[in-house]
This record gives sequence, structure tokens and C-alpha cells, in this order.
Amino acid sequence: MTHSMAPTNTSSPTQTGGPRRLPSLPPATLVKWLRELHLIREFEVRCMQSYQEKKIGGFCHVYIGQEAIAVGCTAAVRPEDPIVTAYRDHGHALARGMTARACMAEMFGKIDGCAKGKGGSMHMFDRPNNLYGGHGIVGAQTPLGTGLAFATKYEDEVLNDGKNRRVTLCFLGDGAVNQGAFYETMNLAGLFDIPVIFIVENNGYSMGTAINRGTTMSHDLCIKGRAHGLKEATIDGMDLLAVYHDMHALAEWCREHSRPAIVDMKCYRYKGHSMSDPRKYRTREEEERHEANDPIGKFERVLLDHGVVNEGSIKEIMTSCREEVRDAVQFSNENAEPPMSDLYTDVFVEPWGRFPGSSQPTFTGGADNVCTFRATDGKEGLV
Amino acid sequence: MTAVLHNPVFREPESMSGATREIEFRDALREAMSEEMRRDKRVFLLGEEVAQYDGAYKVSKGMLAEFGARRIVDTPISESGFAGMAIGAASMGLRPIVEFMSWSFSLVAADPILNNAPKMLYMSGGQLGCPIVFRGNDGAGGQLGSTHSWAVEGLFSNVPGVKIVIPSCPADAKGLLKTAIRDDDPVFFLESERLLSIKGHVPEGEYLIPFGHAAIRRAGKDCTITAWGRPVAFALEAAEILAKEGIDCEVIDLRTIRPLDLPTVVQSVRKTSCAVVVDQSWSFASPGSELAAQIHKHCFDDLDNFVHRVHSDDVPTPYSSKLEQEYLPNVRKICEAVRSATYRA
Repeated sequence: MTHSMAPTNTSSPTQTGGPRRLPSLPPATLVKWLRELHLIREFEVRCMQSYQEKKIGGFCHVYIGQEAIAVGCTAAVRPEDPIVTAYRDHGHALARGMTARACMAEMFGKIDGCAKGKGGSMHMFDRPNNLYGGHGIVGAQTPLGTGLAFATKYEDEVLNDGKNRRVTLCFLGDGAVNQGAFYETMNLAGLFDIPVIFIVENNGYSMGTAINRGTTMSHDLCIKGRAHGLKEATIDGMDLLAVYHDMHALAEWCREHSRPAIVDMKCYRYKGHSMSDPRKYRTREEEERHEANDPIGKFERVLLDHGVVNEGSIKEIMTSCREEVRDAVQFSNENAEPPMSDLYTDVFVEPWGRFPGSSQPTFTGGADNVCTFRATDGKEGLV
Repeated sequence: MTAVLHNPVFREPESMSGATREIEFRDALREAMSEEMRRDKRVFLLGEEVAQYDGAYKVSKGMLAEFGARRIVDTPISESGFAGMAIGAASMGLRPIVEFMSWSFSLVAADPILNNAPKMLYMSGGQLGCPIVFRGNDGAGGQLGSTHSWAVEGLFSNVPGVKIVIPSCPADAKGLLKTAIRDDDPVFFLESERLLSIKGHVPEGEYLIPFGHAAIRRAGKDCTITAWGRPVAFALEAAEILAKEGIDCEVIDLRTIRPLDLPTVVQSVRKTSCAVVVDQSWSFASPGSELAAQIHKHCFDDLDNFVHRVHSDDVPTPYSSKLEQEYLPNVRKICEAVRSATYRA
């Protein structure tokens, strides 16, 4: 294990980061990103509506205001790089390529949801797109994300001939920086040279607690990683181009050096913590001030200034997103509920394990499934 | 080796017969891990002091030298962190073995081992499994006091999605651990510090012992004693004492409590009409209470008495050697329970 990489602050002057670096990107890519921003926002608006209509149950946390982070970060890495996040996860799922139908149907608890209606809003899993959840316990995804990265490193060093050098993105909220598991994890990542980036989506509030009320040294969350030798970056999460460029540079550094990093991704959550949050802990003036700094509007202005889009093409993008989300809602409404038999599937890959004998019992499920099985060879057992 | 009778549903692997040699429980565990690591490069071991120290209890002695630091990984004292990290690695397809120096220390990792490992498959709708083994010492190690003497099966057997293995002898330890490492689901493998130095006959050749496959350690006709892990030895000792009093006990070693081989127990109880369950966890909402309920359900018309249970006493584990012996499900308590259940008290 090497510990040679001293932490380096790659803080970027993000206010100047956008337009200056635009020309290096193909117009089609920029338009694709704009569409993803609009898709996530439209999706979340319809989520709120569907929640109020009681089509979506449980807890539901929307991503409005933070769209540039999911879009910029996923664009900055390769599709095979694993991603894991917390419970405010719809945006990451869509940015990673999950269809709006699969994402919405999951929240509706329907059979064609990404997890067949077994996960819900907080637990979006998409293995083909290397999204490893969607995790509901604050901070729990940080050791898991480090484990994903440990596995990619292990594959390179023990299993494979060539090196894939994958880097893992592990998203967390600013509330999660106060969980013990996160500190254990940063220590492990630093100790084992694990290529994982902890992206703290710092929207200023853990539920209703403003960051300075719950977190020491809250002006700079990168300090939390310094004791563990993590590389640091502070990025304006409301600026898509800053997110993309800075994350791309950071991810490539982590990939090359096999080292972890922490990002203080400054952003703002427009809506409440969840659907039941009346936001009495902050003023409307504060919200309006941040909404004036909207990541979608900002990105659109840059694209307009550079002639990448015009008013008409933006309108077309918005219409197309609205149509896609409307279709997702309609699909989710009409999609079937999971069959009752699904209650008992996916508990185990194989309930009785890899049985090397000749009379493997058959698991028949049921409320007291510890005893209800029969032997496949017809020998007497309890049924 | 101890005589193992065939039961009607399962068949003991044929490779269990043949030449054996006597080795310690810890050696059997090491053989299982080393053989599986040679067989499958996705398997690796991590935990506190497993590598350079050769294992806090010398279970992993010599493994660092054979497999190197990439596969025998020393961790800092961060159970929540390294258990969660191993679960993440397992969801990517690796097959970690996580050593808890003591299962008592797993309580600080309760969130990853209970919220992530057993639920990943279900919550992802079958997309991500978690092929992982957590193993370590469980139960009273001998005057360690209450915080270090947890019998975690009392807590963890309540959770769907985990398999819980509690071997009682070296041969089972090896065969069950190999099965655990090859299993595609999370396995909690509960060893006992008090058993690590015991010796037993272990087959020379390769063998695996299936889960959900109890062993009948002693055949008898008057009372069925069901136990698992360390108390199996207590049950066998009690059976010898009771035999001299004319009570012929059948002793069943469950080997795994999830999955649970109920047919073997039920078949025995239908023969003896009498059941005693021995469980070293506390009695309230325990594997023992679950087994007793299942026996009552399936043998209601066969039982001559209610199912008697022998547990650790319902108090924190004491330090005093004398008190600790009294606290555990010991031979005397098992004898008393059998006499009561057979109306010989």
C-alpha cells in the first residue's frame, strides 16, 4: 500500500468555469445534457404530483435544484464506473440511463419498476447501468461505495490480466458527513488506496437542520477528508460545466493514482427534505435567491450565447421531456401490481444453498417458511 | 468420527466417509478457507489481525504467506466500515470472508450486516446478490464479561435473507464453511472460542456439508434433545448421564438454524414423544423458542409433554467463573429438563 499521494486541493474558480471551457465539447453532447436536466426536473415535478395523488407511497425525496450534479458527474466518468447514492436518487438513476418508465413504475410499486416494486423511491437499482442503489440509511452507502471500488481494484490486481482502472462515485448528502460509518470508510479508502470519490451534495440542510447547526467546520466539508489523505475538490454544483470539467479531472486523477477523493459539491435543494416537509426552517427569500441561480437556466444561457441551441430547440426539448414523463406516468398507472408470489422471491439466490446431495428439498415459502418444504426426489418430508 | 445416521430427506455426502485425521477446529476452518481460496480467486479474507498477526485466534495462521496481502487483508478496528466495504465488494461479484474477532463486535456493524447484506437481493428486485461469509467467535468465551459474550443467533436469526451456520465439531466446521463460501447468499458463520482448540476426526479428501441438514449424534427412544454449536457437547454428556438413569435420549445437532432441518427433528419427536431444545442464546424470542413453537405445531398430537427449553439465564453474562457456568445451558440444566419432560423429575 502506498501513501505517497499528498492531498491536493483542486478547488476551481467555478464562477468562471462554464463558458470559457465550452468549445471543447461537441454540441450534441451539450444538448443531451440539457435534455437530461429537463427530464429530471420534469420527472420530479410529476413525482410530487403523483405523490399528492397518492400514486406514490412512503417517503419521496425530490432532486429539484441539484440536477446538474447527477448529470455532470455521470457524464464525467465512464459507463462502467460504478455509482452508488443515498435516497434522493431519482436523478442519478435517470442520468445513468434508467428509463423514466422503470423509475416511475418503481415508485408506483409496479411490476416493471427497476426493482419490480420491491425497492421504492429510495432504492433505485440498475445493474446494467452500474447503479448500485439507492440506499435509505444516511451514510450507509459510503462503505458500500468503497467496497465497489475495492472490488474494481481487486479485479485489476488479482483477477484480470489487464487493468480496467475503474473509479467509483459515491454520493452522499451533507447530513451524512456526521455519520460514523463515513469516517471509518474514508480511513479505509485512504489506507487501501481505493479509487472512490465521495461526492457530498451539500445542499445546506440535513432534513430541517441547517448545516452550521449540525456540522463543525461547515464552510469547507473537504476538511472532513483531510485527516484521511483524500484528494479534495470544491465545486459549484449549480453549474453543470463546472461539475463536468472538475469531476472529469478529479476522476481521471483518482483513476490513474488509485486514490480516494472528497468533493464539497455546493448546491441547494429547492423543495423540502421530503414530500411532508413544510420548510418552516428557512425563508422564501432564501429559496428565491438560490432559484435565481438555477442550474438549468444557467446552462441554457450558456448554450444560447454560443448558438448551440435557440429558443425553439429548447422548447422542443422541454416538450419531448414532458411527453416522456407523461408516458412514464401513464405507463406506471396502467402497469400491473406485482403478483403475490413475488412477495417470496429474491429473498435468497438459493434458499437451501448449493446442495451436493441427491435429494434437494424444494422451498415453498409461506409465513413460516422455516419448515414448509418437500424433497424433490419424493421422499417423505414435511409439506 | 462421530457416528452420523442418515435421515430420510437428506443424504450425507459420500465423501464424508473414508480416511480421516485428527485436527483442531481452527485448523479445519483454515483448511476450508485455504482450499476455497485456491479454488476461486474471487474469495478473500479480511478482518482485524487476520494477516500479519496470523489471526487473533490463529485461525488464519500462515494464510498471508500463501495468498499475499491483496487477499488476506488486515483492517483497522472499524467493523461498520469494513463489513460494509466487503458487502459492496460482494455486490460486485467478489466473495469476501469477513472475520469478526468476536461476533460481539459485529453489533457496531449492525446496519451493514442486517440492512444491506440480507436485503440487497430483495430490494434490487433480484439484480444484486451478496455472496459473503461473516465468521467469528460467538457465545461465552470464558469469563469475558457481558459485552464480549453475545450469542448473536438470538438477535440475527430473526432476520430473513441470512443463513446461520453454527458448527459443533471440526469436521462440520470445515464442510460447512466450504459450503458457506460457495453459497450465493450472505452466511453468518458462528464459531466458539471454547471449541477452537478441540480436536476431531476430519476427512482427508474434499467434502462439503449441505445447509439444512441436521446430524443425529446419538440415537435414542425416550426424548429428543436438539442443540447446535457448543451446547451439542453438553447435550451428549447429559445423554450419557441420563442413560444410566434409564432415559434413552436422541441428540440432534442442527448444524444450521437457517435453513432449519425441521423434518429430522419432527421425525425424531414423533418417535420419542418428548422434546428438549438447548440454545445458548437468551430464551425470549430466540431460535429455541421458534423451534419449540414449530415442534408444538407439527407434533401436537405426538407430544406427551410441552417442549422444554434450556437457555442461558435471562441476565447479562457474568464474569465469575462459577456464575458463568450456572448461567450457560449446562449439563445439569439439560438433565433436569429431560427428567421433567419425561416425568422422571
